[in-house]
This record gives sequence, C-alpha cells and structure tokens, in this order.
Amino acid sequence: MRAFLFYLGSILVGGLFFAFARWLGNDYLFFAGYTVLQFIVLATAWNILGGYCGYVNFGSAAFFAVGAYSSVALHKLAAGVDRYFPESLAGIMKLLLPLNIPTLIIIGGIASGLIGLGTGYLTLRLRGAFFAIATLALAVVLQTLIVNWDFVGGSRGAYIIRPSEVPILGSYIQYLFLVMLVLSVVALATARIIEQSRLGYGFATIRDDELAAEACGVPTLRLKLIATTISGALMGMAGAPFPYYIGYLEPGSAFGLAYAVNSIAMPMIGGTTSWVGPLVGALLLGTLQQVATVTISSAVNLLIVGLLLVGFVIIAPKGIVGLVQDFMRERASDGGRPTWRSRLAIFANMRPGAR
Amino acid sequence: MAEPLLHVENLGKRFGGFVALEGINLSVQPGERVGLIGPNGSGKSTLVNCMCGTLQNETGTVRFDGRPVDGLAAHQRSHRGMARSFQLPRPFHTLSVAENLRIPLLYTAHTRSGRHLTQEESAARCHELAGLVGLAPKAHKLPRDLTQVEMRKLELARAMAADPKLLIADEAMAGLSQTEVDDIVALLIKLNERGITIIMIEHIMKAVMAFSQRLVVLVSGKKIADGPPQEVVGHPEVIGAYLGQ
Repeated sequence: MRAFLFYLGSILVGGLFFAFARWLGNDYLFFAGYTVLQFIVLATAWNILGGYCGYVNFGSAAFFAVGAYSSVALHKLAAGVDRYFPESLAGIMKLLLPLNIPTLIIIGGIASGLIGLGTGYLTLRLRGAFFAIATLALAVVLQTLIVNWDFVGGSRGAYIIRPSEVPILGSYIQYLFLVMLVLSVVALATARIIEQSRLGYGFATIRDDELAAEACGVPTLRLKLIATTISGALMGMAGAPFPYYIGYLEPGSAFGLAYAVNSIAMPMIGGTTSWVGPLVGALLLGTLQQVATVTISSAVNLLIVGLLLVGFVIIAPKGIVGLVQDFMRERASDGGRPTWRSRLAIFANMRPGAR
Repeated sequence: MAEPLLHVENLGKRFGGFVALEGINLSVQPGERVGLIGPNGSGKSTLVNCMCGTLQNETGTVRFDGRPVDGLAAHQRSHRGMARSFQLPRPFHTLSVAENLRIPLLYTAHTRSGRHLTQEESAARCHELAGLVGLAPKAHKLPRDLTQVEMRKLELARAMAADPKLLIADEAMAGLSQTEVDDIVALLIKLNERGITIIMIEHIMKAVMAFSQRLVVLVSGKKIADGPPQEVVGHPEVIGAYLGQ
C-alpha cells in the first residue's frame, strides 16, 4: 500500500508539473526542471553511500562524467560507423546505432557502476577522510584520462547535435525532462526499497559501527561494494543524457565542482537517513539555484549552497528531515492509535532510531 | 571426551616488535563456562579478537565446531555460531533497541536454519530477547536512552540474538555496581543453562569465581594456568602475576 502511494504520488506530482509547464508553453521550465531532477538523482545516489553507509564521496562529478562521456563515445561511434567498424560489421552497427536515450542511460549506469565497484574494491580498507580523499583522487584521475582521450573530444570538448523534435511530445527538451523524471522516480524508489530492506539495515550498521556489524554477521565488505556500485551507477545514469541536454560537453563542465558540492550539500541539508532528505534538499537547493541563475547570476549558485550548508550544519545538523523527525517523534502516537504524524513518519521511513 | 567446540592451538600474534600472544593452546567443551583472566595488557582481548576473526593470528590455528576457521572474516565466524560482546558497548546508535537485536537475526539466523525469519518471527524473537535481559519496556528507545547496565545487557542480548553456540563476553561487567554485576552473572548463567558455551573475560574476581567452571590465566601473552577456579587462584604463578613476586 505504501509503495503504491509512493508511485502514485510521484507520477501525479511529476505529471502535474509536466502538464503545467506544457500549458505555460515555456521551454525554460523544462530546462530548469531537468537540472533539478538531475540533482534529485545525484543527491539520492550520493546518499546511498554517504548517508546510509557513512562513506563520504567527493567524486560524484567523476561518476556523473563517466555516464556523460559514455554517451559521447557511443554518439561518436554512431557518427563514424564506417570508419571504426569493418564492412561486415558496419551494416549491423548502422542498425543498432545511434542508441536511444534510455539505452544510453543503462549503458552509462553500467559503466559508472563498474567504476563504483572498482573504487569500492580499491578503497575498502579506507574510512572517513581517507575514503573521501580517495574518491577525490578518482575524479582527478578520470578527468585527466578524459582530457587526453581524443575520441571524445579531449580538452576541447565535443559537440552533440541532438534532434530538434521527437514524435508525440514534439520538443526534445520535454522528452529529456520526462526521461529524467522517470529516472528520478527510479532513483528514489531504489533508495526507498534499500532503506526498508535487510540491505538498508546492513548499511545503517556500517555507518554506526563496522566492527560491531561484522560481529553481528553483517558482511560489511560485500555491502560496501553493493553501495558503491549502486551509488556510482545512479550517478552515471544521471550523467548519460547530459550531453544531449547541454549540446556541448567538455571536461570542465562534466567534472564541474557544482556536481560534487551539490550532491553532498543536498542530502546534508535535506537529511541523510531517509530517501526524503535528498529529495527535499535537491528540490530546495536546485530550485533556489535556478531562481538565482535567472534573477541574479549563475555565479552565486555555489555561494548559496555554501551559505545554506554552513547554516544547516550549525542550526540543524540532521537536516530538514531530522527536524521533522524530532517533531514527529514528540507526539508519534495518541494513546496507542496512529496519528497523521506517525503515519507520515512510517511512510517516509523515519525510523524511531534514525538520525 | 567429546570434540571441543573451540580449539585453539599454538596461537601467536605480534604487533610490530611486540609479542601480544605466544603459543596459546585452549580447548573449550560444548556447554562449558570458562573464565579468562589476566592483568591489563596480558592479551585477553587480542586472543578474543583472534578467535572471532577481528584480528588475524600469525601462527597457530583456531578450530570451531570441528572445522578450522583460520582466514575466515568475523562475519563468517559469526555465521558458524560464534558471538561476542565488546569490552566497551558498541550499539548501533541510530537504531532502536529492537532494531539492534534484529540485525543478527537478519544477517546470521538464516545461515544455520537455512531460511530467513519472517517479519513476525523476527519481531517475536526480538521481543523475547528484550524480555530475557529486561529491556522489553525500552525496545523502541535509542541506545543513548539506556543506562550503562542496560547498554551491557543490550550488548549481550544482541550477541545472543542469532542463537550462537559460543558466546564470548569481553568484560561485560566493567564499571558496574555490585548489584548490576550480580545481574549480569545471573544472566550469563541463565544463557549457559540454555546450552550456550560461554567464555567470560573479566577482572572482577568475585564474578569470575561465581561464574566459571574452569579458569584460564594469561600473563604477558602466555597461558600460565588452566583448571578449576579454586586451584588456579592458588597457583603461585597466578598469585605472582596479580600481587607481584
């Protein structure tokens, strides 16, 4: 029932926004909405490793960029089938390429998930600041590789000429918006399922005390690898449609600081122990940044993030969800009968023990 | 004599140049209550860590339930039926008492029964465990809302959750009052009566004597005595180690 409500709510909210933006007839809403949805996916993905397991990842931009560049590579491959494939294969490849966006998302997710798995494997003995530094190093290494990989444009970047229209919807940006909307629901559903499962409890024990978790039979290494893989895959999936959104991709924008900072700040501000936290944080910060971009300048975006982050760390270190949780817990029951607060707390998986 | 549940042979562990354990031999029979004592720094916790897989021993072997467990990770040994409590309680502080008890049920209980517990079975078992250690009224509280003795009880209950064959209680009574110590000793004896083999590491001699059927003494990483408690406490080397030569 709760899962049904979640999916119904997600489809209704997304559908209403889509219908409203179409009614207004302003494509900018889709451009801005795409960015906010992209941050929902990134923040949710970061939170699976950073919030649930307590492993802070500073390399979100790298996973995002792997997804983006996997799309660029496949796009380039499609453009030069005759050059890159022998004649016998070229015919088949022309039938397969260019790939559609959902397929690119899956491929980006697989590529980034594998990088996540590898990162997890190489850094499995690291914790705290050391793990964070290792993920930062990963971003630097991958950016260097991309800068020196001519096929995807190297340091000069690559142009992606996207189709101007798609059947039924018409505008391509509306199509991209819908794709990212579905991806956001997939990311949130993944986080929600994990949270309420055996895996989620295992992640929580890793966050709280890894030694005690092992003593309780939790295979911490395997769980950490699962977390890095899922988190990396979702970040890559968020990045895969990005070249088609932006039209021109260069390493500086794909590995941008904004992705690394936002994917940490959004769950921190929203709250890290529930799937609701990254959603709230991304909606709040993402919308604020879009408004600031239009009304002031895009240069103030990171300033807004920084100020809000400092404010929340001081005033509400548990994030917005943490504040609400405390409010819920105060009167979570009325003589044993569930109240609207306790129902809401259960829906958002705000466990009594959660931070 | 039946095959020992735990058999440690010639176990050794070094930290750099420091020899923490050397040539330790220890056998524990099923259902036995063994006390492990020794002055601070004698290697008791290191021995526990080596037996449980938290540390890897450099020499010797550890056999549990008739099979070698060398090289197995701590969680794999836990799946085989080895459980431990920690010297300083290490609860999962963002999970409630009931959820703390649920973790071993989720990750260990199925490894020997061959099937995962249902939600209802899991909840019933948590309730039973919380009741056993007197924490039922606080099942939905966070560990931070528990007193020191309740925290120790939670630690023991969590170790017990997956029905282990062997429980290693590492200084479960440190910092407790006499009444609380008596409480924990009674609890450990109650657990032993359910068929669980227990190794108790402790400094409080009154508790050790009340609990143990056999006493093992470690000094400077070596075993110096092993036998009935009354005999061991009269052993000249043990007296020397505790009171000085």
